[in-house]
Amino acid sequence: MTAYTATVTVRLKRGVLDPEAETTRRALERLGFEIEGLRSADRFEVDLEADDAAAAETRATEMAERLLANPTIHDYDVEVVEA
Amino acid sequence: MEVAAVTVAVIRFGGSNCDRDARRALEHLGVDAEIVWHEAGLPEDTTGVVVPGGFSYGDYLRAGAMAARSPVMEEVRAAAADGTPVLGVCNGAQIGCESGLTPGAFTTNRSARFRCERVHLRVENADTPWTAAYDDGEVIELPIAHGEGRFEIDDDRLRRLREEDRVLFRYCDADGEVTAAANPNGSTDDVAGVLGETDTVAVLMPHPERAALPDIGPTDGQGVLRAFE
Repeated sequence: MTAYTATVTVRLKRGVLDPEAETTRRALERLGFEIEGLRSADRFEVDLEADDAAAAETRATEMAERLLANPTIHDYDVEVVEA
Repeated sequence: MEVAAVTVAVIRFGGSNCDRDARRALEHLGVDAEIVWHEAGLPEDTTGVVVPGGFSYGDYLRAGAMAARSPVMEEVRAAAADGTPVLGVCNGAQIGCESGLTPGAFTTNRSARFRCERVHLRVENADTPWTAAYDDGEVIELPIAHGEGRFEIDDDRLRRLREEDRVLFRYCDADGEVTAAANPNGSTDDVAGVLGETDTVAVLMPHPERAALPDIGPTDGQGVLRAFE
């Protein structure tokens, strides 16, 4: 078994309104920043032991499917590195 | 002594705060109701389930996400599949969608602000247990209190919901007109409440249990709760 860190990034699907990001964008503009757009995402870093990177990715993907993301509104991606 | 034929389980999670209101409203209608701690599981004689409002698990991750994956919700899904009436209100509606009992998701209000006020709702389908006390097109008034009440659903599922007449209530103005201004949270298609796969399962963001006792105000919410009679 090898120690891995799986990073799961969960973001709203394109086209789903993100009021918190919109509020943050307006606040940045009030501070004088000129920006073209802003998206927010949740990032989860999961430490786990697995036989190989593929097995670690499979488990992290299942975590995203079953809890970390809501498929109605979210897309997600998973990246695995050796810890 | 008359034995109550109906016992509705009002499920309490850590952070539920409308459980007592729900029980009181049901008892006012003569429906026996018990508050059930989620870890205790559903009582054997459960003939109905209310998943009440509140902030279960502090809304961690997403509103309703944690409670939806608690063991008691597996029992609730099984009961719903057997035809037991299940109602999710506010946080209970978020839990219902997160657990797959009902389609779509309730997420952050368009304004990104918590909204606590009375809203008008148009009854879209009076041919369900939850709306049989009303007429099609009737306008009722219920309180809302939520920060994450914006109904989101993809186009295909929305089309199916509409085709199957599963939208229970839409936000509207006092005259029953569905307008953007009357939609308090940016919900897709102005949806305030929907049915699950069967008409015995329903969720809605507004609070019928907070509009059920004549001593404290309007009672438009009684009709929804009469599904448990």
